[in-house]
Amino acid sequence: MNETNELVEQPVSSPTLDAWTVDTEVAREETDLSSDWEMVIGLEVHAELATKTKMFSPGRNQFGSDPNTNIHPVCLGLPGTLPVVNGKAVELSIRLGLALNCTVQRCIFSRKNYFYPDMPKDYQISQYDRPLNISGWLELANGHRIGIERAHMEEDTGKSTHVGDSGRIHDAGYSLVDYNRAGVPLIEIVSHPDVRGPEEAKAYVAELQAILIAIGASDGKFEEGSMRVDANISVRPAGSNELRTRCEVKNVNSLRSLGRAIMYEAKRHVDLYESGDKPLQETRHWDEEGGRTRPGRSKEQAEDYRYFDDPDLVPVDPSPEWIEEIRAALPTLPRERRMGLIASGATVEAATIAVERELDGLAAAAIDAGGDVGRVMTHVEHNLAVDGAADLDAGNFADLVKMETGGELTATQAKQVLAEMITGGKTPADIAKERGFEAMDSSDLEATLDGIIEANPDEWERFCSDDPKAKGKMQGFFTGQVMKATKGQADGKAVAQLLAKKSS
Amino acid sequence: MPESSTEPLSRDEVAKVASLALLELTEQELDTFTEQLGAVLAHAKDIEALDVGDVKPTSHPYPLVNIFRDDVVEEVDVHDAALAAAPHAEAGQFRVPPALGEEPG
Repeated sequence: MNETNELVEQPVSSPTLDAWTVDTEVAREETDLSSDWEMVIGLEVHAELATKTKMFSPGRNQFGSDPNTNIHPVCLGLPGTLPVVNGKAVELSIRLGLALNCTVQRCIFSRKNYFYPDMPKDYQISQYDRPLNISGWLELANGHRIGIERAHMEEDTGKSTHVGDSGRIHDAGYSLVDYNRAGVPLIEIVSHPDVRGPEEAKAYVAELQAILIAIGASDGKFEEGSMRVDANISVRPAGSNELRTRCEVKNVNSLRSLGRAIMYEAKRHVDLYESGDKPLQETRHWDEEGGRTRPGRSKEQAEDYRYFDDPDLVPVDPSPEWIEEIRAALPTLPRERRMGLIASGATVEAATIAVERELDGLAAAAIDAGGDVGRVMTHVEHNLAVDGAADLDAGNFADLVKMETGGELTATQAKQVLAEMITGGKTPADIAKERGFEAMDSSDLEATLDGIIEANPDEWERFCSDDPKAKGKMQGFFTGQVMKATKGQADGKAVAQLLAKKSS
Repeated sequence: MPESSTEPLSRDEVAKVASLALLELTEQELDTFTEQLGAVLAHAKDIEALDVGDVKPTSHPYPLVNIFRDDVVEEVDVHDAALAAAPHAEAGQFRVPPALGEEPG
């Protein structure tokens, strides 16, 4: 059994109305099998390309229009029409291939024949045995490389909505078809079965999305169906190299569903093997409500797409010059952007968050301008997840961090000043002054503390004792008194240092 | 793919291809088409017999590559005409029977 996605791939399934949503909820879900088994997962991601027109016709490529208003005789498959390749779609596809470290090669288009009302000409133009991009890899934040088997061009299908008693496909009733999406340029990215679990699968899809957006190839919007994922799942005894029967799971409509579907399917395989049975190779559909996968088409309908070269289209043969031109114009990729921050001393987690929020440029510039890495990244992680943060002046941001590390501002004050910098655009020094966050002179602070000690001799005695419990309690007492006396302007760290100095 | 039997194409193969194309053929039609398609394949066999060892395989008769279109929208309003030409339309969409069952894939 060959685990890699064979040339017999699936047509793009019709879109679902459900949105792809990135988890906000931190649900604790199982993410691993018992130690006897490991998961072998390959992912097929479809991404709509960010072109103005369709793959083979000058019809508009736009989401959210009224039904059947972005249609053109070519994408309706009307007799006498002929497809012509959108050069921009090829360029964006090469861009992705290069970003995924693929070999870009001479390629041809093939017809994938099947009958379904979402494809009026009864075949989808795709690529089969000579795809554009082959043999690449994508590196995750954890350093694990996932092999890319291919990334090929094709056209999207129309969208059918089933109208029936319960809205389910098998019910009587009828379907309504909207061809706005028919012919939209797609790139299908097929990974090797290198993914080892639901978390890694989600990380892979998120990284691919970040790359697609960074290079301008796709808007990567899960909720608009710009990105769709199918997962090929099998399991094997831990540590073995065998590739067992896989099932392709479709209809996963969010990153969270992807994780859940993988977990469900992998456990189903383990249960089958452990009870002396085995899974059938088949396509299954994820049932979000039921939290399970269900078998898809029956065996008699097994796929037979009778691919053949499309005689209407000539080969695409990108010249080395063109490829190099596209390569040279590639922006810095998310991976390199993370690496840059990590090299400056940021943690992997903080760097990942910064890149996800598109704040890595700001962070890097603030660090370059002398801002402490730890403080900069802490602000990025906790205080800058707001609109307008990316427009912050890096020099001002660095100054704020310097004021903070220099003891002129406490962490709490710095957070408030930062918030105002984003909304008001003023310098941190001005804001601190307006708010009365003037740094307390260390001699002023000492005088204040001396006064408090004098007024509270019993407490001071207990602070100076050897009882750690009493000492801790009194440390809190004196710090509180100082804060009260200075209206919160004193730096807690400076107070602690003074207390230690005076009691020794 | 035709088997290398004496017949270029079996009746079962024709039946299978017909079902993939959602064509309903009578027994009589199956016989007719098996014979006709077989004749086409027999002709292809004649060509296969030629020595083409020196001929470079090609996917297309023309030596052309990279025929591209600019990414520019052409405004063509075919909405009304296309829907009017459909057997059934509803709410600006094409209405089709559900008889095809589950979608492919």
